[in-house]
Amino acid sequence: MKTFLILGAGTAGTLLASRISKKLNKNDWKIIIVEKEQNHYYQPGFLFVPFGIYKPKDTYRPNRKYIPSGAEFINSEVDTIDPEVNKVTLVKDKQVIKYDYLVIATGSTIRPAETEGLLDGGWRKNIFDFYTPDGSEALGKFLENWQGGRLVVNIAEMPIKCPVAPLEFIFFADWYFTKKGIRNKVELVYSTPLSGAFTKPKASAMLGDLMAKKNIKVEADFAISDVDSGKNVIHSYDGREIPFDLMVSTPVNMGAPVIERSSIGDDLHFIPTDKFTLQSKNWQNVFVLGDASNIPASKAGAVAHFSTGTALKNILAHINGEEMLEKFDGHANCFIETGYGKASLIDFNYDVEPLPGKYPVPGIGPMTLLGESVINHWGKLGFRYLYWEILMRGWEVPLPDKLSMAGKKLD
Amino acid sequence: MADDVLSKLKFDADGYMEDSSAWNEKVAEALAAKEGIKLTDRHWVVIKYCRDTFAKTGDAPSLRNITKNTDVQTKELYELFPGGPGKLAAKVSGLKKPTGCI
Repeated sequence: MKTFLILGAGTAGTLLASRISKKLNKNDWKIIIVEKEQNHYYQPGFLFVPFGIYKPKDTYRPNRKYIPSGAEFINSEVDTIDPEVNKVTLVKDKQVIKYDYLVIATGSTIRPAETEGLLDGGWRKNIFDFYTPDGSEALGKFLENWQGGRLVVNIAEMPIKCPVAPLEFIFFADWYFTKKGIRNKVELVYSTPLSGAFTKPKASAMLGDLMAKKNIKVEADFAISDVDSGKNVIHSYDGREIPFDLMVSTPVNMGAPVIERSSIGDDLHFIPTDKFTLQSKNWQNVFVLGDASNIPASKAGAVAHFSTGTALKNILAHINGEEMLEKFDGHANCFIETGYGKASLIDFNYDVEPLPGKYPVPGIGPMTLLGESVINHWGKLGFRYLYWEILMRGWEVPLPDKLSMAGKKLD
Repeated sequence: MADDVLSKLKFDADGYMEDSSAWNEKVAEALAAKEGIKLTDRHWVVIKYCRDTFAKTGDAPSLRNITKNTDVQTKELYELFPGGPGKLAAKVSGLKKPTGCI
């Protein structure tokens, strides 16, 4: 009996587990999934919690519900991974698991301690994150009673999970305060280490225009050095200072602590991974999925989803001693909530930046690429259903894994 | 003089060298001068580290990587290469534009 071990039951781990369980012969393979959380969080939902659109309980479901039948689920933190001897040690009971194949899908987490002063006096008082269940809930409670002032959104360092989320947050904030009738008492500032609103030129220009239209000030090239909680200001390394009444931080993102403990990651504890095959660069029987890898694609559920198809084919080929022919193209696809019941949509990969057009049916849509529409917004809200009932149950979603140029407009 | 050193070299649209093997210390000084930077020993610590990292990995190092593996800390990096130390250090070191973030 051989062991196929999956670490992490988030989007990537669960998706791979449900798909590979249909492919591996049950007489030959035992599938084990290890996950430290009891609940599976629908992470895109965290963005909606501070504004009361979702309640915290709308963002999670029990993990076990999505573990394929026949697979063993172990609820434990992983202590160490030792790929040299194909061994993983769990925290729970110090259990040792020897594996034949390993999939690491341990994700990325925020590390507020990496920024000087971020965890000082103001944390969770007038400084919040919305990347954690408790952070988004605490921010929601704060916003209910806030009377206005200067709200500063800050991104500490790239890469971050879901690079459009801080933009969506500030667009939602603009809408939320307008509805509350206090938009004239709120100043919105978006401070980013990037040179503009987004990483790719055309999307950055479109989103930059939206920022201006919504009276949101962009403080670009702002590399945060420290937070002064006493004075309520943030500083940049090049000597700039931004005062705030409320700061919404996207802290430094890093791979899971187990990657750090096991010394198998880069400086940010992301695992060196072949960007085409999704195989670990150092160990042939190890594949890395989702945010845990260092591939130059967005850390986003869409990438986890699209790359899993490639990884699945390559893992099966490798097990059968065949050449791995599938190549991931870095395909990402993100709805960007822009407020007022509308959203934009971007579709891009390693080589092609987001372009205007229609998706998924060329010329028809119904989604509009790089433009605002009501249907895009419903697409984003509807995706939660698709996520739980289709995707996480291992059914195929009728969207191609690879980027298609059809329906996209070049200049 | 700077233009003399650079005139025979090829650059991409953003001013990064096409062929990093054509780089030498004189080229670095000329590239830095174009950016208004006069190179000091501290700049050379960073440039040397960028070149070494590129030779090993094929990529320019991140800021985090530079500060972790040299005695130059982030604040000083911003003083040495004002504006965008990651991009500027790569440019002066004759490397391709850092792929950076997504």
